Amino acid sequence: MNANLIFDFLVDREKNTLTIKREFAATRQLVWDCYTKNELLEQWFAPKPLTAKTKSMDFSVGGHWHYTMIEPNGNEHWGYTQYVEIDPINSYVSLDAFSNEHGEINTDLPRASWIVTFTDMKVHTLVQTVVTYGSLADLEAVINMGMEAGITSTLERLDVLLESLFK
Amino acid sequence: MKRDIFQAIADPTRRAILVLIAAQAMTPNALSEHFDISRQATSKHIQVLNECELLQQEKEGREIYYQLKIEKMKEVDVWLEQFRKIWENRFSQLDDLLIKLKSVNNER
Repeated sequence: MNANLIFDFLVDREKNTLTIKREFAATRQLVWDCYTKNELLEQWFAPKPLTAKTKSMDFSVGGHWHYTMIEPNGNEHWGYTQYVEIDPINSYVSLDAFSNEHGEINTDLPRASWIVTFTDMKVHTLVQTVVTYGSLADLEAVINMGMEAGITSTLERLDVLLESLFK
Repeated sequence: MKRDIFQAIADPTRRAILVLIAAQAMTPNALSEHFDISRQATSKHIQVLNECELLQQEKEGREIYYQLKIEKMKEVDVWLEQFRKIWENRFSQLDDLLIKLKSVNNER
């Protein structure tokens, strides 16, 4: 990974939002394609060691992406993203959800709205993702669900933590 | 009532208090001078932070000094860090994909 690429990760516990800014070394069109075409999206969207697989996708307003994330042991986690607004290669708004393999949304689990914005930088493309949860508890629940990948964390980073919390 | 650390950091004044006492131990009086709120309001915030087990107290004469318990703060760090890792991981996969796509385009 290029160390010079911007990566900002901010949690706002009053608004229950997560704002993630990341720069990519490619044109806006190419980055947009990676977010909006299922054959590309499934190559990066699942964090390792999970892999993503599309059941169906219709990237249009009112359309959806129905996919599964598969653990190495074969366990599947189904997701269903609905597209609410689309402004090609500038931005889109979507509503995510946990679902089953038939695309039935699990209303017991938290849903979040995503506003994804693509901006030209000097040479690169900046993508800003604002994820809004219904409550802090929802945000926490989602994070806990993401833990199965055995992700370890580095301690002794209070300065970094304080920076992200108190900005 | 059992409180958790996320209640502690949900309030901007409490976050500011944490920043101050992370740097040095302070008395409630000294803390309230930093904010445009009453001493009573300050001690209320201190009470919440105390219930979250974020404070270490030290008595010096008649004064109580508060300092941040760094280990407790790491709970938030662990929590955040794990989430951040997921995104880092995703994005580095996207970096790889973009490199791959660009090289395919150039070969055409």
